[in-house]
Amino acid sequence: MSEDKRMKEVRFEKRSSGVSLSEASLLEVKNLKTYFPISSGLFSKVKGYVKAVDDVSFSIRRGTTMGLVGESGCGKTTIGKTILRLTEMSGGSVTFNGIDIHALDRRALRALRPRMQIIFQDPYSSLSPRMPVGEIIGEAVREKRLVAPEDFDDYITGIMKDCGLQEYHKDRYPHEFSGGQRQRICIARALALNPEFIVCDEPVSALDVSIQAQIINLLKALQAKYGLTYLFISHDLSVVEHISDTVGVMYLGNLVEYADKASIFDNPLHPYTMALFSAIPVPDPDVKTKRIILEGSIPSPANPPEGCKFHTRCSYCMDVCKVEVPQMQAMGADHQVACHLYKDGRRIG
Amino acid sequence: MERKKGMIQNWFGRKNGRGSAKSVNYMSAKEIRQISRENRRITDELERMRNRENVPESEYVTAMKDPGNILEIEDLNTWFFTDIGTVKAVDGVSFSVPRGKTVGVVGESGCGKSVTALSIMQLVQRPQGQVVKGELRFRTDDLTIDLVKIPTDKMQKIRGNEISMIFQEPMTSLNPVFKVGMQIDEVIALHNEGMKREEVKARTIEMIKLVGIANAEGVYDMYPHELSGGMRQRAMIAMALGCTPKLIIADEPTTALDVTIQAQIMDLLRQLKDRINSSIMLITHDLGVIAEMADYVVVMYAGRIVEQGTAAEVFHHPAHPYTVGLMASRPSRIRNTEQLYSIPGSVPNPIDMPNYCYFRDRCNRAYEACNGDYPPTFSISGTHSAACYHYSAVNEVGK
Repeated sequence: MSEDKRMKEVRFEKRSSGVSLSEASLLEVKNLKTYFPISSGLFSKVKGYVKAVDDVSFSIRRGTTMGLVGESGCGKTTIGKTILRLTEMSGGSVTFNGIDIHALDRRALRALRPRMQIIFQDPYSSLSPRMPVGEIIGEAVREKRLVAPEDFDDYITGIMKDCGLQEYHKDRYPHEFSGGQRQRICIARALALNPEFIVCDEPVSALDVSIQAQIINLLKALQAKYGLTYLFISHDLSVVEHISDTVGVMYLGNLVEYADKASIFDNPLHPYTMALFSAIPVPDPDVKTKRIILEGSIPSPANPPEGCKFHTRCSYCMDVCKVEVPQMQAMGADHQVACHLYKDGRRIG
Repeated sequence: MERKKGMIQNWFGRKNGRGSAKSVNYMSAKEIRQISRENRRITDELERMRNRENVPESEYVTAMKDPGNILEIEDLNTWFFTDIGTVKAVDGVSFSVPRGKTVGVVGESGCGKSVTALSIMQLVQRPQGQVVKGELRFRTDDLTIDLVKIPTDKMQKIRGNEISMIFQEPMTSLNPVFKVGMQIDEVIALHNEGMKREEVKARTIEMIKLVGIANAEGVYDMYPHELSGGMRQRAMIAMALGCTPKLIIADEPTTALDVTIQAQIMDLLRQLKDRINSSIMLITHDLGVIAEMADYVVVMYAGRIVEQGTAAEVFHHPAHPYTVGLMASRPSRIRNTEQLYSIPGSVPNPIDMPNYCYFRDRCNRAYEACNGDYPPTFSISGTHSAACYHYSAVNEVGK
């Protein structure tokens, strides 16, 4: 713990905070680190750390959606959980509406909870099989006393209608619903607390294509109606492109590129982003994309490569990449990249 | 609105579109007993047929309709006899796999894609699951056999040898307590009696190298948990290729993998198909993967084929409203729309299928003709056909 604290201080002195995309940001994440200790032996001695999230900074503007993409195991979900303080961080800060979430005590955090919610990936395991749907959606509302008891039923019905559920679904149990319907229940549960910010952790990846479209449309409609802000975590790049305003690309615990959607999809700068985007299969037999195939697979986060973590698979690898960790730098107004190929806003490699 | 309400009730089987059918969720114990007794009678009969000894060769040797095909599926019906009713998981499916080509089968979960593959491999869970009707003609070196009628002991010589399958989950389809090399050895040794152990090992290592694993000797001695997802899928592919099969059935081979690994595996499958000159039947729900890999596309919905044709025909001129809807519901770079098209409703209850077109209640082009029987297959061009009344002006190809 003391080591973490020291590291935190050192970091703060060494680096200025990440470049913020805009002033009106709802959420600011600065130099966020989440390390999980690896312990072994008789007394569970800590041998090392899995650096699931390692020095990530970004901000999300109010009413927009940030997409977070990357391969499995790169720390996307851990970021989502750390932002909500479902996982404790090891360093950095998360500021929500000007409040430092990780500095709050239990009571203050509990008061803040309704304003930030999460939708999980698997709608089959994130709903209690023993509770009727109305109770699942309304439990937290009652607990937080958000509405008067006499308005409670109408309030829940209203939320369910917004999410495309019918009133008579209230007394049914989750097993009676299909995957898409269950995901609607999860969304209703999050929405019932009237949040400002929702972390959507792969909300559509467990669903069929036609149902995915329904859920994505629903999320967009709710955003327009309630002015919600989303952090949309997904490994499906086409979905992220459709729903996001800004996109962050992660690799092995680092944010390697963060930019406006149009800017990043039209002009990806980081070699990893280029490879990732070129791997999207295009549903048109005549389009033959020039594919950048990455060799090998993602290295172990417990023992990441020195220097730039991507250098082992990068085709543009230079000597400097093997020793020095690249820092996030601005490339134009809405584009940031962490790569040694770029310097002072120009490509040098 | 009225129609929508009916559909929602349909999802839970409370009330059927026809209004007369029994409730599926709430059945009395007596009814269930009756159904299961009846099921046992049917499945016992089928099992008796299957377990006969010394089946004469004439019963399962047939002839191909087109010698250019490696596999011909005709009117395949695979049903599951459950205690709450019969599920027609595959209901009259016909298509063929030409030699050296890739056929993509696409559809949502529960549409019968995997059951079709399992029927070909004779791996359907018996006795509840049975191929009740249809022919699966497969061309081996010297004769054409019907995979539906062939007895189990003969099938064991074909399965893994002439037809092999790559499963979706590389994590669960490798045995965790055996080394990867040994598991591949087993397949090769089983189908090549008389091969020496060193030869088998050499062949295994050759296969591991073929699928692009650099450290082949090392991986030979590793356990599955020591490999990453992509490497495990490569090991599965090496196992499938061990006996140079004529037909590879790949059931969602890349669904559990990341996009970058998916690109590697697809690239590998494409190269290997040409190198060992086999055919691939690729099952997936990802239209992008199909577009890149497949020569022919088969679109399935609720146990039936709704459209089939060459990849170019299906992707450029999708005919069936379901195919059109499926394509429109994927976000795409080319047409960047604010709102995605979404097919309303969901698949009808498989136990209690309607007697009209299964897609009618979700279709945005339904008209009077759609209230009639399930539409037969109408041909649009020589290779392109769809089961939709909108194409009835063109001639009919039979049911």
